[in-house]
Amino acid sequence: MGSEDLSIVVEGLRKRYGDKVALDGVDLRVPSGTACGLLGPNGAGKTTTVRALATLQRFDGGRAAVAGFDVATQADRVRYRIGLVGQRAAVDEVLGGHQNLVMFGRLYRLGARAARRRADELLARFGLADVGDKPVRTYSGGMRRRLDLAAGMILAPAVLFLDEPTVGLDPRGRDEVWAAVRDLVRQGTTVLLTTQYLDEADRLADRISVIDTGKVVADGTPAELKARIGADRIDVVVHDHQDLPAAVAALRVVAAGEPEVDRDNRRVSAPVTSRGGALADVVRALDAAGVSTEDVVLRRPTLDEVFLRLTGRESQEVPA
Amino acid sequence: MTMTVPVAPHENRAGLRWTLTDAWTLTRRNLAHWSRNPAVLLTSLAFNVLIVLMFGFLFGGAMVVPGGGGYREFLMPGMFAMTMVFGISMTTTAVATDLERGVTDRFRSMPMAPAAALIGRAVADLLFAVVTLVTMMLLGLAIGWRATGSPGAALGAAGLILWLRFALVWVGIYLGLVLRGQEAVAGVQILEFPLGFLSGAFVAPATMPAWLGAVAEWNPLSSTVQATRELFGNPGWGGESWIAGHAPLMAVVWPLALVAVFLPLAVRQYRSLSD
Ligand SMILES: Nc1ncnc2c1ncn2[C@@H]1O[C@H](COP(=O)(O)OP(=O)(O)OP(=O)(O)O)[C@@H](O)[C@H]1O
Ligand SMILES: [Mg+2]
Repeated sequence: MGSEDLSIVVEGLRKRYGDKVALDGVDLRVPSGTACGLLGPNGAGKTTTVRALATLQRFDGGRAAVAGFDVATQADRVRYRIGLVGQRAAVDEVLGGHQNLVMFGRLYRLGARAARRRADELLARFGLADVGDKPVRTYSGGMRRRLDLAAGMILAPAVLFLDEPTVGLDPRGRDEVWAAVRDLVRQGTTVLLTTQYLDEADRLADRISVIDTGKVVADGTPAELKARIGADRIDVVVHDHQDLPAAVAALRVVAAGEPEVDRDNRRVSAPVTSRGGALADVVRALDAAGVSTEDVVLRRPTLDEVFLRLTGRESQEVPA
Repeated sequence: MTMTVPVAPHENRAGLRWTLTDAWTLTRRNLAHWSRNPAVLLTSLAFNVLIVLMFGFLFGGAMVVPGGGGYREFLMPGMFAMTMVFGISMTTTAVATDLERGVTDRFRSMPMAPAAALIGRAVADLLFAVVTLVTMMLLGLAIGWRATGSPGAALGAAGLILWLRFALVWVGIYLGLVLRGQEAVAGVQILEFPLGFLSGAFVAPATMPAWLGAVAEWNPLSSTVQATRELFGNPGWGGESWIAGHAPLMAVVWPLALVAVFLPLAVRQYRSLSD
């Protein structure tokens, strides 16, 4: 199934819980050695997709192949080639970090000595060597996540699934996880990462698939997605609230759609069809109307706007 | 940083050998829990000791054994079986916690033998049951309980008690897989006491109202208690019903029936985690 260099191939994946449709025909193709971001709001079907691909969840229709093996019929083969980092850190809280990794290593059929050596290596790599003997329940959220990540890559999996890997982490913990994921991709692991954070997808993923109500509604590189909703935008920030209607009128001259008004920030924003001349036209129109401006810029759309356009919902900001 | 990434040497998880290897890895994990967190074990043992002291000395004076004989000798075999019942909530808690934390999902995403997680649990809990039973017997000896039958009979009695625990492990695993959340698990713990009181473990069913006595006699716990009292040579409650007269047989059959029902249920529930 699929061509040689695709590590994840998903075609028409369907899953319902009772009469609730969770996946409504998901399609995905992830080239080997790249990171794919599965971006979507709450309840979009991200976790269900990941669980299906990680052999944890039966699905009702469609097919899926991971690392060259069919998820439904060759689950055992798939399991030797994947790592899973779920929405919560799935490690033993009572055991130490080292004990955890040795146990998982043994379950991956490593010999006792190989499992211990691998545990040492991974603890060192993730900066946990000092706390390897301490019980995991004394770890911080970031440390747990890193241990979780280490457990997911004991066999250096061909494909690593990460389900919202930075939820609940402080910025430092998040940076640590991001660095670890980038490292993995650099070493050739294929990563499928779900997130509600555009920022996270933008930074980690080579390609993004936007998922909403169980379907992929758009995909491409972050740049392609931005280009897809087209148009560049012009933002006008006025000094005085009273000038907002005049700014809207001025923007209408060049706008490809209805200008949006952000009263709190005294900003009017509109997509434009052509870059050439649009900015100058707007500035002229504003001058003619006697509007005093703080800022007039021509810019590419942010991923937030892409997301809003594609799903009709606001995305979440990465907590600062 | 460069590392040599290990390659799994055996990409074939079929076969009894790997099931047992994985089960042993998980048994050792559970044993490691005890050495990491001995307080849990000590609390459980202390709780059992407390109940023995409470019933043996505080209430014991008011208790009459129908066939004659000391209440503490009557009580101890009941307590041996009762501690096996108290084990249910331990099993349930452990299973529910793994499920809630996502540890079970990690196991299921790994190439290990699927049965190993459950077998590992069962073996670890049985090992703990042995420790509990030995502790309780030592306590019994300290307060005047004696096994007056042959050593073989005493061993047989111990075997019946552990056989009951084995059956209850599967009840506990099933409940842990079905009940989600710690509150539900706490409910299991509360139900253990009535299960014990509605049996011949603490008092003779003959002293209960007739219908309660009948329920108590048919409680699986009663058959184990009655049979082990005979094997240890301790006073029992006699009883004229069929079930009371066939205690040794039923001490084998009851747990067997529980296993026959709850082991497949637990396995089915574990499999259905992927539905
Ligand atoms: N076990 C289940 N039983 C019933 N419905 C479920 C179950 N798991 C998920 N769903 C439903 O399926 C849909 C997809 O859920 P899923 O968990 O895949 O979304 P998600 O994108 O991961 O959301 P989140 O960002 O909240 O984690 C949701 O509407 C959810 O309510
Ligand atoms: Mg989710």
